[in-house]
Amino acid sequence: MTTSSNPLRDPRDRRLPRIAGPSGLVIFGVTGDLSRKKLMPAVYDLANRGLLPPGFSLVGFARRDWADEDFAQVVHDAVKEHARTPFREEVWQQLAEGFRFVPGDFSDDEAFKTLRSTIEELDKARGTGGNFAFYLSVPPKFFPTVVQQLKKHGLSNGPGDSWRRAVIEKPFGHNLESAEELNQVVHEVFRPSDVFRIDHYLGKETVQNILALRFANTMFEPIWNRSYVDHVQITMAEDIGIGGRAGYYDGIGSARDVIQNHLLQLLALTAMEEPASFEADALVTEKLKALRAVKLPRELGKHTVRGQYAHGWQGGEEVLGYLEEEGIDPHSKTDTFAAIKVEIDNRRWAGVPFYLRTGKRLGRRVTEIAVVFQRAPHSPFDTTDTQELGENALVIRVQPDEGVTIRFGSKVPGTSMEIRDVTMDFAYGESFTESSPEAYERLLLDVLLGDANLFPRHQEVEQSWRILDPIEEYWDKHGKPEQYTAGTWGPKAADQMLARDGRSWRRP
Amino acid sequence: MNIDLTDTTSARINSALVQARRSTGTPATGMVLTLVIVTDEGNHYDALKAASEASKEHPSRNLVVIKRPGRSPRDRKMARLDAEVRVGGETGTGETVLLRLHGELANHAHSVVLPLLLPDAPVVVWWPEDAPENPSEDLLGQLAQRRITDAQATEDPVATLGLRADTYTPGDTDLAWTRITPWRSVLAAALDQKHSPISSATVEGEAYNPSSELLALWLAERLRVPVDRQVSDGPGLTAVRLETADGEICLDRANGSLAELAMPGQPDRHVALQRREMSELIAEELRRLDPDEMYASAVKFGVSKLGKAATATHASAPKPGDGHGNGQARPVPAPPKHKPEGKAEGKAADA
Repeated sequence: MTTSSNPLRDPRDRRLPRIAGPSGLVIFGVTGDLSRKKLMPAVYDLANRGLLPPGFSLVGFARRDWADEDFAQVVHDAVKEHARTPFREEVWQQLAEGFRFVPGDFSDDEAFKTLRSTIEELDKARGTGGNFAFYLSVPPKFFPTVVQQLKKHGLSNGPGDSWRRAVIEKPFGHNLESAEELNQVVHEVFRPSDVFRIDHYLGKETVQNILALRFANTMFEPIWNRSYVDHVQITMAEDIGIGGRAGYYDGIGSARDVIQNHLLQLLALTAMEEPASFEADALVTEKLKALRAVKLPRELGKHTVRGQYAHGWQGGEEVLGYLEEEGIDPHSKTDTFAAIKVEIDNRRWAGVPFYLRTGKRLGRRVTEIAVVFQRAPHSPFDTTDTQELGENALVIRVQPDEGVTIRFGSKVPGTSMEIRDVTMDFAYGESFTESSPEAYERLLLDVLLGDANLFPRHQEVEQSWRILDPIEEYWDKHGKPEQYTAGTWGPKAADQMLARDGRSWRRP
Repeated sequence: MNIDLTDTTSARINSALVQARRSTGTPATGMVLTLVIVTDEGNHYDALKAASEASKEHPSRNLVVIKRPGRSPRDRKMARLDAEVRVGGETGTGETVLLRLHGELANHAHSVVLPLLLPDAPVVVWWPEDAPENPSEDLLGQLAQRRITDAQATEDPVATLGLRADTYTPGDTDLAWTRITPWRSVLAAALDQKHSPISSATVEGEAYNPSSELLALWLAERLRVPVDRQVSDGPGLTAVRLETADGEICLDRANGSLAELAMPGQPDRHVALQRREMSELIAEELRRLDPDEMYASAVKFGVSKLGKAATATHASAPKPGDGHGNGQARPVPAPPKHKPEGKAEGKAADA
């Protein structure tokens, strides 16, 4: 089914969307939050936009005593509540015919036999052609059981030239060793190219826009290097606490939860060289090169910071401190804030620090990449004229309010020469919200199409752990997280960490 | 906010736009294009509504050109420009200016529009109806990269398609073509799967529905097989049948929303193929502003073919190297003197 053999396809025909071929999706852990809030609505939104193949089928697998109709009702409610596009009866009708539910435990052989016969039945009744993606929306400790069961019941290989793919969610392990173990478990059953690791940040329009911004334009790339860039700050801040995720979060912490995957991926996209093409392999090569060049500072104590949020007021609400949260050990050393400095040891970036920070219960929810430029080497203006002039910066706002801001100096109107920072703004999010698809929509479609561009490969995951592991080991042995008041921008030590380098954090 | 200007000029409208932007507190202009809508007093409301919806996806400056040449010779001699500037509120994310061109000025719309175009950004002209015979030679059309017409809104849609083919210039596009994108994508997806060679095709749809013709032309041009056009009761397009050695690939939509896809050796499946709103069509049009070569080859393929359809004769396909012999086009009945009923509804309705 190559496009060249299809006379109705033409690369110049830009109106025709990419529609996945005949296929189905099996979700394990279908009763979970992610499944209800993101996956089911994404499936509906895709169908509504006409991007799913006719006959697309959705199979739920969970330990619930449900019939197909009960499952359809659950999906219906989830779609009504969370879907991005308006609810349309005919789309729903088309979709709902392909819903199946398989009750059972992951260790239950009978259930997997039922799953197999369900898939075979769907191939006959719906024409799914044996093509199925298995979405493992379950805690990683169940991965081995589920993939082994899939193998045992002959579900990991489809008949003929059909495909079977596995989709897994973070965390991809909690250190290098466990990540390698996990990869081994999954790769034993599925080929590495058939394993899709979801990092939902990579599905966001703005993140894809980093590549467009850098490589489709000429005005940014010439200054995108150590000659002009002073430093880079990558921030992912959340205003929420750990909520009900105590069991998952305690012992993992923000660095493992966020820096290892999202922030290092953003760093790779910001720092990498131009890929030879936008094929998955070419992209992964460049991203890996950037990640392999990452160098940690020698004195980790001075250039890394972790913190825990303490009781405080945030946005008009009184909130608990981390150690007071339900289910958290009052002596826990888990970090809810982490900031690290890394350098990238290559010709483009030598000497340019990349500061990564993430945290919970910070000032507001924001993710952004700020490329901060050097000051002008010489200024014809008096220092008093430029007193209020900061450094030029290019900020890619990943979420919310997606867009790009450029900050530069401008003369203040008046008789005296006074120069002050102004910003130029491109508001991606505000102007394009109506059409901008959810990250999960894009990623699910890519899984069905077999397009691996936006998925981190296992080499990247392992390389990221190689970067983070020494820091975690150092933290284990030295000190404990500093408390910071909820609703602020993190512990004082984080400010001191940048002050040591003569810099300061942006207030995002 | 709204600013009304009577007996005004483009320069004054420009300063009103700046003033309106300042007072709504959004001095930045993130608009990506200028959309010029050429219409009359009776039709501008619907067109503007669709454009405002579309501007949520493509923030734009909408210039609505309303021509009021006047009836009496005295009215026709005078010239006056009235404008209504709308920024923020219900106008979507962009800016809207309603331009009422009285008297003689109606013949010089481009002089009013030119100073109001956004710098550097692409210009799109849309004639919801009464498009000029040759859009690219129209004075307003010349300002634009993209010229949107709507064959369905004309008295004789099929003949209009012939006219569009004759005058085609890169950048021309027609909403009759936009309406069939969902059909085309489902058909293309169907042929992504294994199937035996296609020997002929049939397109069924309402009479006076240029989208049916365009779909037939597209299939004929791409597949190089004879394509029949059959008239059905509608609504819009009702079915496409592709004959193969193993049987028929059939996409059948009887009710205007849910279609059924039948392929040999596979179970029948439902596909949602709803008729889309005008705003969705415009949003799709504005998504790409480069020349639509597929539309060009489809509509041009039809020039001679449609001619034959009108005279109800079968003739050999016009393209050399067509190994499949005759291209047939089932004739459509002679166009009526009046537009088909339910015109207003038909305008927004999909193929």
